[in-house]
Parts: sequence; structure tokens; C-alpha cells
Amino acid sequence: MENVALTEAVFYILLSLSEPLHGYGIMQNAEKLSNGRVKLAAGTLYGAINTLLEKGWITFVPGESGDRKKEYIITELGKKAVLSEIERLKELVENGEKLTGGWEK
Amino acid sequence: MRKVIKKLFWAWDFEKEEKWLNEMAAKGLALVDYSIFRYSFEPCEPGEYSFKIQLLEHNPNHPESEQYIRFMEETGAEQVASYLNWVYFRKKTSEGSFEIFSDIESKLKHQILIKKLLLPFGVLNLCVGIGNIINTWFNAREIIWVPFINIACAVLIFWGVSRINKKIKALKKEHSIRE
Repeated sequence: MENVALTEAVFYILLSLSEPLHGYGIMQNAEKLSNGRVKLAAGTLYGAINTLLEKGWITFVPGESGDRKKEYIITELGKKAVLSEIERLKELVENGEKLTGGWEK
Repeated sequence: MRKVIKKLFWAWDFEKEEKWLNEMAAKGLALVDYSIFRYSFEPCEPGEYSFKIQLLEHNPNHPESEQYIRFMEETGAEQVASYLNWVYFRKKTSEGSFEIFSDIESKLKHQILIKKLLLPFGVLNLCVGIGNIINTWFNAREIIWVPFINIACAVLIFWGVSRINKKIKALKKEHSIRE
């Protein structure tokens, strides 16, 4: 897998979709996980969801017919992307902490 | 009582239009309809709604746009009006802040879409203007001023495009160091 940084929006969308959620659920979950810091706007979220569907990182949850709201869930490919991103983030945090130890806070 | 206000905003100034609609809503007048230059308002609680305007890639009746507008509605926003590919959304302020784009990438895409909409009109006006200046020069010199209307339109549109280019450049610069 390519080692490319995920956007914050994508990272939180993928994390949120370890359980089936619809769009609004993703927005609420990302906000909750980040203690109110990450507020995904609907247009940005919609674009990201479509790209992730295209890439096969998330997929539709087959729902009862007549249910208008679509639910999504992460795929194996998406999980891989999250795990490799976490490795990358660990490296950033480790190096960051190591090298800023003497800096004033 | 419905109140109609006639006002003109350029496509490249849609943020100003948004700001104005939000000022009206803060005063207790909520946009309920728009047709060319005509804004229709109905009374609301002061500050009850926030408004956002978005240019869509397709007409609001296109299936892709309908799907998007439904998605917006699931998140608590409501379409109140549309004009060509422009859609006017409102959301209750009690449901939290209302933004359509939360990262630089999607803001950039939106500005680029507006530019793509304007540019062909500018080029068309320029070509028609130049063609007709040449034509009237040889055939009807007394009305040679007419095609200058096209040239004036082209200049206005290119000026608008340059305003958008400025915004795109600033967003790109920011995007080169952060999301």
C-alpha cells in the first residue's frame, strides 16, 4: 500500500465506520471522538464518502428497502488504510516528542 | 407577509450574498424563494436560521444533485430556493453551526466550479464582440457601438474570474502547508 497521509476528514470517517452509520451519524461520531474539535461539513463529507466508495474503502450496508438513509461500513481495504495511517502517525508523534522535549510549552 | 427585495450579486461575490442573507435572517427575515434579482422573505424568529449558497455541478433536478440535496437534508439542512445550478440552503441555528465545506480541498473545488461556469461566457462574449466589431466596421459602421456591449460583458466576467483566481491562489497557498 502506498504510504500517503490521509486527510483528517477521511481518517475520522473511516474510524467512525467500524459500525454502520449514515452521513449524519458520521458527523456526530467524528465530533464526539474529537471532543468537539472536528466538525465535518456536509458537502465535504459527501465528497469524501463518494471517493471512499469508489476506492472500495467503505461500502453500503444493505438496508431494508424503503429506508431512505444510506448506511455505510468500512471494508478490509479501508481498515488496512487506517492501520497504516496509525503507524505513520505514531512515527510523527514519536519524532515530534523526541525532538521538542526541550522546547518551552 | 412576504417581502420581496430586488438586489444584484455577482456569482463571484456569492459569499457577500450569503452574508447579506444571514444579516436578513438575524433581523427576522428568512429567504423563502429566489428568482432572478428577486429575493422573497418571510418573517422568522431573529437568528432562527443560517443560510449557505452552493453551486452544484448539475441542475438541482439532476439525479446526482437530488441525491446530494437529500444528503444535506439528512444533516438538518433544507433547500429553500434554487436558480440555475445555484442552491440556497438554510439550517436552524439551534442545530449548530452551518458550513458546507470543512476543508481547503472542497472549498477549492467549489471556487474552481464557479470559475468553470463563468469562463465560457466571458470567452463567448469576447468572440461575439470581436466578430461583430469587424462585421459592423465593414457593413454597418453606424451601429459599431453595439458589439461593444459584448466586450463590456466580457471585461466584467474576466474581472470576476480574476477575483476568483485570487481566492483560488490564496486557498492553494494555504493548502500547500495544511489541509
